[in-house]
Amino acid sequence: MSATTERVGFFTDTSVCIGCKACEVACKEWNLVPEDGLVWTGESYDNTSELGANSWRHVAFVEQRAPLRVDGDQAALSEDPLRWLMSSDVCKHCTHAACLDVCPTGALFRTEFGTVVVQEDVCNGCGYCVPACPFGVIDRRELPAPDRPGPFAGKADGRVWKCTLCYDRLGGGHEPACAKACPTQSIQFGPLDELRERAAARLESLRADGWNGARLYGEDPSDGVGGFGAFFLLLDEPEVYGLPPDPVVTTRDLPGMWRTAALAAGALVAGVFALYGSGE
Amino acid sequence: MGSNMAENHPVGFQWVMEARERGAQVIHVDPRFTRTSAMATRHVGIRAGSDIAFLGGIVNYILEHDRWFHDYVVNYTNAPVIVRDDFRDTEDLDGLFSGFDDDEKAYDPETWQYAGMDMHAAAGGREQGFTSKSGHAAGEGGGGAALPHGEPPDEDPTLQHPRCVFQILKRHFRRYTPELVADACGCSADEFVAVAEAMCENSGRERTSAIVYSVGWTQHTVGVQYIRTAAIVQLLLGNIGRPGGGILALRGHASIQGSTDIPTLYDILPGYITMPHVGAYENLGHYIDANTSRAGWWGNFGSYAVSLLKAYWGEHATKDNDFCFDYVPRIDQDNSIYKCVLDMFDGSVKGFFVVGENPAVGSSHAKLHRLAMAKLDWLVVRDLVDIESSSFWLDGPEIESGELETTQIPTEVFFLPASSHVEKDGSFTNTQRLLQWHFKAVDPREDCRSELWFYYHLGRVIRQKLAASKDERDRPVLELTWDYPVSGEHQEPSADAVLAEINGFDENREPLSTYKQLKDDGSTACGCWIYCGVRADGVNQAARKKPRWEQEHHTALEWAWAWPANRRIIYNRASADPDGKPWSERKRYVWWEEGESKWTGIDVPDFDEEKCPDYVPPDDAKGPEAIAGNHPFIMQADGRGWLYAPHGLTDGPLPAHFEPHESPFGNPLYAQRANPARQQFERPENPTNPPGSPTYPFVVTTYRLTEHHTAGGMSRSVPYLAELQPAMFVEVHPELAELRHLRHGGWATIVTTRSAIEARVLVTDRMKPLLVDGRRIHQVGLPYHWGSKGLSTGDAANDLAGLALDPNVHIQEVKGFTCDVRPGRRPRGAALPAFVDRMRREAEARE
Repeated sequence: MSATTERVGFFTDTSVCIGCKACEVACKEWNLVPEDGLVWTGESYDNTSELGANSWRHVAFVEQRAPLRVDGDQAALSEDPLRWLMSSDVCKHCTHAACLDVCPTGALFRTEFGTVVVQEDVCNGCGYCVPACPFGVIDRRELPAPDRPGPFAGKADGRVWKCTLCYDRLGGGHEPACAKACPTQSIQFGPLDELRERAAARLESLRADGWNGARLYGEDPSDGVGGFGAFFLLLDEPEVYGLPPDPVVTTRDLPGMWRTAALAAGALVAGVFALYGSGE
Repeated sequence: MGSNMAENHPVGFQWVMEARERGAQVIHVDPRFTRTSAMATRHVGIRAGSDIAFLGGIVNYILEHDRWFHDYVVNYTNAPVIVRDDFRDTEDLDGLFSGFDDDEKAYDPETWQYAGMDMHAAAGGREQGFTSKSGHAAGEGGGGAALPHGEPPDEDPTLQHPRCVFQILKRHFRRYTPELVADACGCSADEFVAVAEAMCENSGRERTSAIVYSVGWTQHTVGVQYIRTAAIVQLLLGNIGRPGGGILALRGHASIQGSTDIPTLYDILPGYITMPHVGAYENLGHYIDANTSRAGWWGNFGSYAVSLLKAYWGEHATKDNDFCFDYVPRIDQDNSIYKCVLDMFDGSVKGFFVVGENPAVGSSHAKLHRLAMAKLDWLVVRDLVDIESSSFWLDGPEIESGELETTQIPTEVFFLPASSHVEKDGSFTNTQRLLQWHFKAVDPREDCRSELWFYYHLGRVIRQKLAASKDERDRPVLELTWDYPVSGEHQEPSADAVLAEINGFDENREPLSTYKQLKDDGSTACGCWIYCGVRADGVNQAARKKPRWEQEHHTALEWAWAWPANRRIIYNRASADPDGKPWSERKRYVWWEEGESKWTGIDVPDFDEEKCPDYVPPDDAKGPEAIAGNHPFIMQADGRGWLYAPHGLTDGPLPAHFEPHESPFGNPLYAQRANPARQQFERPENPTNPPGSPTYPFVVTTYRLTEHHTAGGMSRSVPYLAELQPAMFVEVHPELAELRHLRHGGWATIVTTRSAIEARVLVTDRMKPLLVDGRRIHQVGLPYHWGSKGLSTGDAANDLAGLALDPNVHIQEVKGFTCDVRPGRRPRGAALPAFVDRMRREAEARE
């Protein structure tokens, strides 16, 4: 694949995810993301727990006493249903990205591929982007950066890190490491328009096969973040996977808030004038 | 069944997912609900160790409901063949076949033969090997019975004769009803019938079904017979030698297939050639005669064996000296690994090479392995990192418990770092028999060296030291061809030169292109006859990397190279009907092209190219010529698929359900509880949990996770893998957790008569309890990756298992044994063996 200025992204089809975590490992290998603790969680086979500065792909494992095909005849296939859903989560590369909106240094930027990337040499670790993300993806790294010089040596890294959609690989004409490593094509990479078409067809065929819980998540450009650059096919409600059902860009109301703030400030000034100005 | 393909073979599993997306039913029958079950169309939970009951139920279902593929069964299998009248089935003898010697705990297979044949005839019968004491039969290649020519003497094509294989089969499996399956396996009769029906519906002319298994089948005391049962199912349904069919053995490592083809096993030579035994043969002629099958491709045994000897000893091997046949080491006893470990324990084995293996964690009864290694004079460990097997003397569990003391261990340990597969050239042979070459990507670091480097230079140095020797016994070593070109700073031998030797060459050192060129007169040399052709035309065929989409057929014959002769499906003549026409257009694969008078298709036909389908061998025909034109199974002496195995197995011509060596249950079918011929070692170091013991009431099974590799040497030391599964855990159902007061996320102690280990508790609905024999039975799941070294450490599940082996292949039963589970961490120090002993005494007292 040659470099493109078309917007690219991921379509993660969880209906074929086998939970191998090759995406997590390939991501860490390629991007030199550090190991962040040998903590056994007891959360099914998930010992990564969440996306963060040191986990840019996270495979969720959801064990439930529920049928895979969520209702109707298909659900009744087994008397004692059990399902184990697996889903590889990643930064959504939102169309309206709040992290980018709030970044005061310009470290976060929109690339020529339509992706959202942190420039590690610009980020000053202010952390404004962290609460701005509606998915809790972007995160500050508390581990020390081994290769930082002088006064930073041995100190907590402090900067924010997240999926870059392998910006460096894209530049070289390669697909991101996680998509490359995925054995079942659960993670598909490509031009976003094409992925949306593929996803719609896939959803249609799954639903025809009785997967009545199947749905797309984040493919709609009219949703609260203007659609994801990395969207998903889920087999049940987003909440089942720990994803927000109706994410909204946290800076949506910012212009309004500024307007309100400006009005309030104006009123205050006017009031002050009224109080003191007129009296003198 | 017996496989967790999604977790342990995730890359291969992409094809299963693709098939599922194209409408295939994926059925997973397994004790646990795994990532494979989560992907399957249907999961059926069964009790660990009950697979033969389940598969036998399918055999019975096929026969009872007349669902077998008539034309395939009558023509391509030994269903019509009549068996001796003194054969007695397990149905007649309540769990024993005829020929069982109760003192030796072994069978004499004489009565299992086809009628009218004497397997002890002077020549032709494959050597039966050791006395029953060692429980071993030689002749891994199968080879077939001593048929005077390709046809068994007595057959009934109507399949009505009461002693024909078909009728014997029917009687043998008659009691394997859906109700019996449900009772023995713990699934419901409906679940079983749904699986049996799906297999039948998806087999026949138009459709095929495949069965995948892994070590969930092999690691039982009756493991080989599990696979035999699958073979019966697939032969009855016509699913062998056809596209989309087969029985696929998924291996535990990247080149396990390769390590049996060019074996690391003690009892075969490359290409499944019998390893000679002490005193068994007077000379080469006798060896060849005894191992040559009158009919089929084992009829050319002499060519394979002589060419191998020429590859070993080159110019020194001449007709006059029997091609150095006397140089081939002889075996005089069972030298399989578990027996060797006991010999180490007893002091008769003094030195040990551990290469790419970690027995202190990965082998059954790992504790016994550590104790045995502590008695060696020397131990060589070659691995990527320092593993438990090289450090047991310093920080092993027995040092902590006081059972071993570092200063008292005489073993001198040599740890030699190995290079990984990306640091060397070589090939992997996968389960499809596909040899795929890989090229070195980077140089190994520091002292790390390839296996090829190690063994070549070890041999070179030994030969140097012996150079002046006039001792007769040193000649086999001094006269070996040991002339591989080396290059680079570290004098790395050429892997390609080794491949050329394996491929073979003629008198002019021109590469051979097929095993059909091999001769028994010393004019050809070939290191492994089945690999002959891998370097045809002097080109490394295994290194071909032309993608499927650039090739004419999906069989992709120009991607790498498959043995034998680049065939992708063996016995593929069975993909055509007896007349040579495809069974259906949909399943077209290999067929007889009438106009050209030859076999053709989208694969290399596994048949004499010009042998027409109506060929009838003359009475004096030998070797491949003695196989009829409508008999696809050309490695068997009768050219047929064996529903019934008259020869080659030590524990019966037919599979029967036996309980695991350790089981909470009696056998629902026979008075004989477990496989009567299983290999047991009754000695104090290897105690058994008493059958049905209330002290050890639960079934335990061990397994691997995607995130780790076998005994962990390659994964627990890698941060990105260790963090994904950072602790040893035990999987239990909520009911069992309640019963034993186990807290999710807390600790549990798992105990057997061998040892006790601790693990974090993972309470999960995936470990479903089953109703077996009217009792609710819990199964306990234990991954076996952990040991005391690496980034992520934990107790080794294999400390719990004992030594009880399959008698055919000496494989341990770790997929189903018994245990107890207690809340909390295990005792430390000397209190640990004391606790294990106390439990054992309690169990004995309750007997």
